[in-house]
Amino acid sequence: MLDKNGIAKRIAREVKDGYYVNLGIGIPTLVANFIPKGINVVLQSENGLLGMGPFPYEGEENADLINAGKQTITTLPGSVFFDSSLSFGMIRARKVNLTILGAMEVSERGDIANWKIPGKMVKGMGGAMDLVASAENIIVAMQHVNKAGESKLLKKCTLPLTGIRCVKKVVTEMAVLDILPQGGFKLIERAPGISTEQIRNATEGQLIIEGEIPEMVL
Amino acid sequence: MINKTVKNVDEALIDVKDGITVMVGGFGLCGIPENIIAALVQKGVKNLTCISNNAGVDDFGLGLLLQKKQIKKMIASYVGENAEFERQMLSGELEVDLVPQGTLVTRCMAAGYGMPAIYTPAGVGTEVALGKESRKFTFNGIEKEYLLEYAFEADFAFVKAWKGDTAGNLIYRQTALNFNHAMAIGGKITIAEVEELVEPGELDPNFIHTPGIYVHRIFQGAHYEKRIEQRTTRKRG
Repeated sequence: MLDKNGIAKRIAREVKDGYYVNLGIGIPTLVANFIPKGINVVLQSENGLLGMGPFPYEGEENADLINAGKQTITTLPGSVFFDSSLSFGMIRARKVNLTILGAMEVSERGDIANWKIPGKMVKGMGGAMDLVASAENIIVAMQHVNKAGESKLLKKCTLPLTGIRCVKKVVTEMAVLDILPQGGFKLIERAPGISTEQIRNATEGQLIIEGEIPEMVL
Repeated sequence: MINKTVKNVDEALIDVKDGITVMVGGFGLCGIPENIIAALVQKGVKNLTCISNNAGVDDFGLGLLLQKKQIKKMIASYVGENAEFERQMLSGELEVDLVPQGTLVTRCMAAGYGMPAIYTPAGVGTEVALGKESRKFTFNGIEKEYLLEYAFEADFAFVKAWKGDTAGNLIYRQTALNFNHAMAIGGKITIAEVEELVEPGELDPNFIHTPGIYVHRIFQGAHYEKRIEQRTTRKRG
C-alpha cells in the first residue's frame, strides 16, 4: 500500500525529459519532489507562470508570486509570467504535455469528477474543466476507495462530471491502471504487498487483467 | 498624450451605481484592486454583479463586499476560501454562476478583442454545458465538441497594476498579472489602480502589458496590504 508520497513518487516516473507539466493541488503537487535528476521539466502554474520553483525561504515570501493553489513560491532561471488568457491558451493548444490532478471519482471510460458534491461541497471547478477538456495526457492521483470503503474507480461516475473520456492513467495507493480507449481499467502494476484480488475487490468498474501483474518498483 | 489620471479613488468611482456589472482583477488575494474594493464598501453600492476568478476571503478582497451584502450575483471559477460566501449561496441570498477558469478569462479577453463569443471545449459533457449551444469542429486533425460562450459585457473593469503612466499604460508584477490584463481590456470603462504612477516616457514601451487605449482612469493606490493567502516556505540549509 502506498502513502501519498509513494503515489507521487510512482507518478514522477511518468514524467519525461522535456515535458511541460501542470500539477494540480494535493498529491500532484508532491510529484515535483520526486522528479529524477537529469529529467528536465518545466512546471506550469495556470495563474500565469512557467518555471515554478520551490517554496521561498522563510522571510522571502512575496505576495505577488504564488501558484494556482495560492501558495507562495519562487521562480527559476528561464521562468516566464503571462496573463491568465494566454495561460489557458497554451493549455487548450496542447502545449502542456502532461496534466496530473486529483479526483473524487473516475469512470472506466475515462470520465472524471472532482469539483462538486451536491449539497455538501461547492467550491467551483477552477481550471480543472479547461485542463481535462484539452490535455493530451492526463494522469489522476487518487485513493482507490473512499472512507466508507467504496470504490472510486467506477463503471459510471455518480458525482457531477469535470470532463468526459479524458483520463489516460490512474495511480492509487493500490495500483497503476491504464484506461483503455474502448473503456476499462487495465491493471499495469500492483503496489507493494497488494494482491490482484484486493485490487479486484476495490474496483467497481471493469478491471482488465492480462497475465502476471508486476509489483511496482519505486 | 491623453491624461487618464484622476485625483483619487473617489473621483475614479464617481459614476459607479447600484446594479452594475463589474470585472474585478486578481487571483485569490494576489493582484486585487485593494483601494477600489475598500472604496466600494465605503460608497455602499448594492446589487453588484461581480465577475472575478475568486470571491476573496471572509475579511479581505471581495469578501468585504459580501459581508455588507453588496453583491447580488457572483460569476467566478473557484470560491472555496470564503465561509460567508458559502452561507449566502446556500441560503439563496447570493446568485452564483460557476465558470471554468479558462472560459472565464477568455470571455473577458474576447470583449477586449471585439469578439462577441468564443468556442471552448471546457465543460463539454458536464452541467456547465446545460442549455448552451455546441458545435463540432475538426481542428488539427481532431474532431471535438465545443461550447459557445459569450463575451462578458461589464460596465466597469477594476484592475490593479504595478506601474502605470498617466497615459494609462500598465505593467503588472509577477503572477499579480493573472486576470488583470484580460479584464483591463474587457471592461467598457476600465479603472486601474497602480502602486506607482509615472509620467509618459518613463515606462519602456517594449515592456508594457496593457496599452493605455484600454484604460479610462488611473490613480496611484495607497496602503497596500498585499495579504498572503497560503504562506508556504522551506527551511534554509
